[in-house]
Amino acid sequence: MAEVVKKTNSSTVMKTNSVNRLHRKRKIWAYVFIFPQLLFFIVFTIYPIIMSYVYSFYDWPGIGALDDFVGLDNFVRALQDPSFWNAFKNTFIYMIGVTVLLLPTSLLVAMLLNNVLKRSTVFYRTLFFLPVVTTTAIVGIVMRKVFGAGGIFDEILLTLGIIDAPFAWLGSPVTAMIIVIVVGAWKFFGMMMVYWLAGLQTLPKDVLEAASIDGCKTWQKLRYVIIPILMPVALVIILLCVTSSLHVFDLVLTLTGGGPYYSTDVVDLYIYRYAFNPDLGLPSMGYASAAGVVFGVAVFAIVLLLGWLLRKSRI
Amino acid sequence: MKRFGPRLFLHIALLIGGIIWIYPFIWMISASLKKNFELFNSGLSIIPKEAQWGNYVRAWEEANFSGYFFNTLIITVFTVLIVLILCALTGYALARVDFPGRKVFIFLITATMFIPKGYTIIPIYMIIKNLGLLNTLGGVILAESSSAHVLFILLFMAYFSKLPKELEESAVMDGAGFLRTFWTIMLPLSKPIIATVAIMQFIWTWNSFFIPLIFTLNKPELRTLAVGMYSFVGEHSVDWVGMAAGATISLLPVIIIFIVFQRFFIEGVSGSVKG
Repeated sequence: MAEVVKKTNSSTVMKTNSVNRLHRKRKIWAYVFIFPQLLFFIVFTIYPIIMSYVYSFYDWPGIGALDDFVGLDNFVRALQDPSFWNAFKNTFIYMIGVTVLLLPTSLLVAMLLNNVLKRSTVFYRTLFFLPVVTTTAIVGIVMRKVFGAGGIFDEILLTLGIIDAPFAWLGSPVTAMIIVIVVGAWKFFGMMMVYWLAGLQTLPKDVLEAASIDGCKTWQKLRYVIIPILMPVALVIILLCVTSSLHVFDLVLTLTGGGPYYSTDVVDLYIYRYAFNPDLGLPSMGYASAAGVVFGVAVFAIVLLLGWLLRKSRI
Repeated sequence: MKRFGPRLFLHIALLIGGIIWIYPFIWMISASLKKNFELFNSGLSIIPKEAQWGNYVRAWEEANFSGYFFNTLIITVFTVLIVLILCALTGYALARVDFPGRKVFIFLITATMFIPKGYTIIPIYMIIKNLGLLNTLGGVILAESSSAHVLFILLFMAYFSKLPKELEESAVMDGAGFLRTFWTIMLPLSKPIIATVAIMQFIWTWNSFFIPLIFTLNKPELRTLAVGMYSFVGEHSVDWVGMAAGATISLLPVIIIFIVFQRFFIEGVSGSVKG
């Protein structure tokens, strides 16, 4: 009897040993598996985030040693530069314009597709999503032609008799900004619509049915049932729209180049000019980094604010 | 039956809206087949008098869109491969093995999405430069694959953690090691996620403009379609129909890829709201 117990014990020990070995081997393999991503992550995410702050304290053209420490000079210079604030202001006008245009319209079309035209959802979704998957830079170039003086937009308005002489829509500050916002919204609309469609899928059907049985009109259903339930999703969608439009770059560079007279200049374009496209002499990597930090913190503050609203809406 | 009327009206409204929506692309394709003077004198007519395929030949050969096309293709294909390998491996390890540091790793990659950062492209530019990869396709590929891909890793992780444990156990019984189990059994099962990640990354990289722009500043022959197009407008600003042909060459592949594989793309995009 004792011998049997001993035997079982030793075999369990052997088993645990081999299981342990297997477990250890699995852990080693797991480390091997995450190693490439970890390496990429450290080199291309962690290090750049740290250095984006470090560079901002130096006067540095990007060539030679990083040894000209200037403290907060770059930040002071950025905060005192009217063209930085001009770009900052334009970025916010663009962000607010795009968000205000997109939120209600994309929700409306998503609800139409989700509730009324269920069977043709895929067809219309493809149609309205198409601009999203096209190259923004190329769209910007094409749109420059569409809205240029004597372009197809002028042609259409002339034919319809709305205007009687060609107008350079991108040549005057206010209309140029409006065109940038409209094209940006058009480009992003499909994305917002798909976000909403995903959000609408989460609506509990029985609640909607109960509301219908209780005789709620469509408008009441929207106001008292759908919007409150969708609130958390809505804030995520707003967040995605806001952060993506605050970093508009490709579209502005190719559509207006920031003009006329910097009236559509945005922060990412402003920074880009100092870092990679120095019209006057050497690049200023340090100054560009400082401007980037200021803007990064501003974007972060907005994200925090929206995140706070999100948490409040969930309670 | 009662609602047939309003529904038909809606269809018509959405269809007209949809055509106006994609009208810029229709106009672009139409312009790419017209003659330069015809573009300005034919009014609103969409159909060209005679298809000018010569515009495409001119864009492809003289304006070097052939070179741009293959640069874009190489960069896109390699970036998709690198991102797929990185994310599938990471997602698998995170889903199937409870190794020390697992939670810290997940926390770190998600946290970097939310912390405030400066202009991180400058340090990345410096790394590529110090590796001697500035103005090479390799440098562009590396920079394109460099982001943290948190969404993709989470997609793979969620999928792999749903697969039953028995699959792995029976593979181990048959004597398959960790690597073989992953490669011959688990990875083939994750085809839907592979498709989603591949399509999304393909479209993003194909459409990328900023990274190829700054990493090929001094090497015109390495330009991608988007960058080539941007410089083309500067150099040949009179040849609008050639420009339209170039734009069509650049956009058609990505539009076709999207229409064919849109299910995977839409699923990936929806995932970022639900998650």
